Amino acid sequence: MTPSFIGRLNQIVAWGILLIIVIPSLVSLPVSITNKTYLSFPWDGVSFQHFYNLFTSPEWISSFWQSSVIAVISSGLATSIGTLAAIGLWRLSGRIIEFIRAFLLLPLMVPPIISAMAFYRWWVPLGFIDTYIGIIMAHTILAIPMVIIAVSASLANFDLRLEQASRNLGASLATTIRRIILPVTRPGIITGAIFAFILSWDEIVVTIFISKFDVFTLPRRLWNGMRENTDPTVAAAAVVLIVTTLIFLIAFDFLSGRKDKETGPT
Amino acid sequence: MLYFAPIANVLFLGVIDPKPGFSNYAKIFESDTISNLILRTLKLCLITTFLAVTLGYIVSYAMVHTLSHIRRRMISILLISFWISVLVRSFAWLMLLGHNGLLNNTLIKLGIISEPLALMRNEFGVLIGMTEYMLPYAILPLLANMQGIDARISQASRSLGASSSQTFFNVFFPLTKPGIIAASLLVFISSLGFYVTPAILGGGKVQMIAEYISVQLLVTVRWGVAAMLATLMIVIVLLLIYVLNRFMKLSTIFGGASR
Repeated sequence: MTPSFIGRLNQIVAWGILLIIVIPSLVSLPVSITNKTYLSFPWDGVSFQHFYNLFTSPEWISSFWQSSVIAVISSGLATSIGTLAAIGLWRLSGRIIEFIRAFLLLPLMVPPIISAMAFYRWWVPLGFIDTYIGIIMAHTILAIPMVIIAVSASLANFDLRLEQASRNLGASLATTIRRIILPVTRPGIITGAIFAFILSWDEIVVTIFISKFDVFTLPRRLWNGMRENTDPTVAAAAVVLIVTTLIFLIAFDFLSGRKDKETGPT
Repeated sequence: MLYFAPIANVLFLGVIDPKPGFSNYAKIFESDTISNLILRTLKLCLITTFLAVTLGYIVSYAMVHTLSHIRRRMISILLISFWISVLVRSFAWLMLLGHNGLLNNTLIKLGIISEPLALMRNEFGVLIGMTEYMLPYAILPLLANMQGIDARISQASRSLGASSSQTFFNVFFPLTKPGIIAASLLVFISSLGFYVTPAILGGGKVQMIAEYISVQLLVTVRWGVAAMLATLMIVIVLLLIYVLNRFMKLSTIFGGASR
């Protein structure tokens, strides 16, 4: 079809809408370099004092470390458990497995506030409130379905006979998993790990409920800062959060792009 | 199990706290606060769904009718914002729509308005934030659906003499209905649980169910009411997921979203 007037108009409107989607992700950047001490755009001058504040403030630094520790540990745990679960689900099949699979996806669809309630309810008697263990466990549980989805996707194209061949030729189950299954599913595992990391790094709703003073993640401090709504340091912190997410997405894009090149266009 | 046992426990609480029976559920009809809350949540979610799916339709239509390298660029823009924290995005709208925000200041400088407009701390602000957040959720299933439609069908319709608007309304649009339904359900389900956006852009004035639940738990400690609302939400979500699953395999949506 030749591009008609309406077709052109459609393209322009679509880019306009995409712009509206992108703007909110970019607006923190100018605000974070304003030279004023309140939230504003840097019309009268640029200053990096808010980044300086951010990186010298003990509170922000400690939140930054806490978030990193929690995200690394919980994504590591979620990736190991999720990968094993995905391999297990893939080897078995049948009606019950279909049911379990649907069940495992539920944490992604249940509103986060309800997960937050549930964790809060159970973590209080267990003494997990406001501890690393509590938050790491909650984030791990929330991230496992993502890992399962990612790993299952890469297992879907894997020929079951390869595993049988390996076992036939005398490899033990452990060797088979390590030398045959894991290399094939590596892209899926990496994808799952990256998404699990971003999930924990950004998670706020559950964290609000199960943290108080001792454990104060970056999103949590951002949340408090936003409600007070005065200090551009919050914007600088938002920029840090965005940049971290972007780094991980670019890493993901790089890894999956390399995979596409290896297997060729399909 | 670690996940489902606590959830089940919460659902159970809706019936036994403060006393056994369905007194919490009767509140839906008796208490004005709660019935208003539920109605407001449903209203905002419906409007968000409508806006996000309509705008999303325009974007996905443009995406399937463009060159593949432009489409790839559009998808990466979409996915980047999809993964950026809801917190950061609500915060950005706060700076854009606020009393001294960019939008108000620009309009005043241009002389279009003399008083700053109330763009947030009301339902309007919440709707903008929610719709913006939900757009990728609407676009991805629509795009998956539209890419599955054979382009030759539209060409056949054109070459048989139909005008382009006839082709669109009689041929293309009916084929995208499953995509529209799937996108609407997905957006509606996800927007029911909105917590961060209404809390920040509504400024406490536009409470939705999720925010109300958190107040019940953390401030007034009324587990019964909170659990009742949570049950209500879960039942609606599960019903809609069941319907959604019939239109589109859940895995294809997530598969599409994770790429």
